[in-house]
Amino acid sequence: MQSETKSHVDQLTSPAGHPVTVLRFEGDIASTSKDAVLGTYQALSKTTTRLILLDFSKVDYINSSGIALVIQLLIEASNSDQKVYAYGLSAHFTKVFTMVGITKYAGLFPTQSEALAAL
Amino acid sequence: MSAMKTTNVEVRLPSRMGFEKVAMSTAAAVAKLMGFRDDRVEDLKTAVAEACINAIEHGNRLNEKLSVGVVLSAGEDSLEVKVIDDGTGMKMHPTKPDIDRKMHGEEDARGMGMFLIQALVDEAEWVAGTDGKSSYVRLVIRLDKEQG
Repeated sequence: MQSETKSHVDQLTSPAGHPVTVLRFEGDIASTSKDAVLGTYQALSKTTTRLILLDFSKVDYINSSGIALVIQLLIEASNSDQKVYAYGLSAHFTKVFTMVGITKYAGLFPTQSEALAAL
Repeated sequence: MSAMKTTNVEVRLPSRMGFEKVAMSTAAAVAKLMGFRDDRVEDLKTAVAEACINAIEHGNRLNEKLSVGVVLSAGEDSLEVKVIDDGTGMKMHPTKPDIDRKMHGEEDARGMGMFLIQALVDEAEWVAGTDGKSSYVRLVIRLDKEQG
């Protein structure tokens, strides 16, 4: 019943010249999304990946289990000295991420270009 | 006392993850018919989804022989949603997640459902069934008189 979460990785360069790894998600982010969220993140090189940008622009539904997966990603990234940012959240999920405190550990941006410009 | 006109809509869900979206969509449709603003509809959708997930996962323990009842009661200026399961009721109280403790592994990364429910609606109460089952969470969102 829950729609499968699709994910893929893009490598971009910020206007400041920093390599940025973009994790793009599509579908629901829920308890069934562990492979798409954590699995995709864990497949990245811990040594060469420093800046990570999460793309939620094609995500319609995120529940508390999905938010927990994002927090687990942030924990692992923090332990590897990686910085995580996100963009493309709806106004509602921007509010929810702010309410649970995620914004303290992951900067949120409305668009990819605004996120890249800040990195 | 003026007579209040209430319209009820009921949905029965299987205790299977993902079906909370059926209740979420139904609640959103009723709220839109009542004239709630889009941002309040989004708040309600998340609250109803989280209430149903708790009922499926904790109340009915994913037992697909049990169903989750969702009763929406649309009044003149508020929408009440009851999400009913066959569990003994939530023993915990909603607490604000501590992101620092989560990041340091001192608090489970999960466990935000009750907090989100309480934070996103105007009223939320968890009621244990008197017979040790038929527990429910009751949510209320109110129409803002100012909204147009």
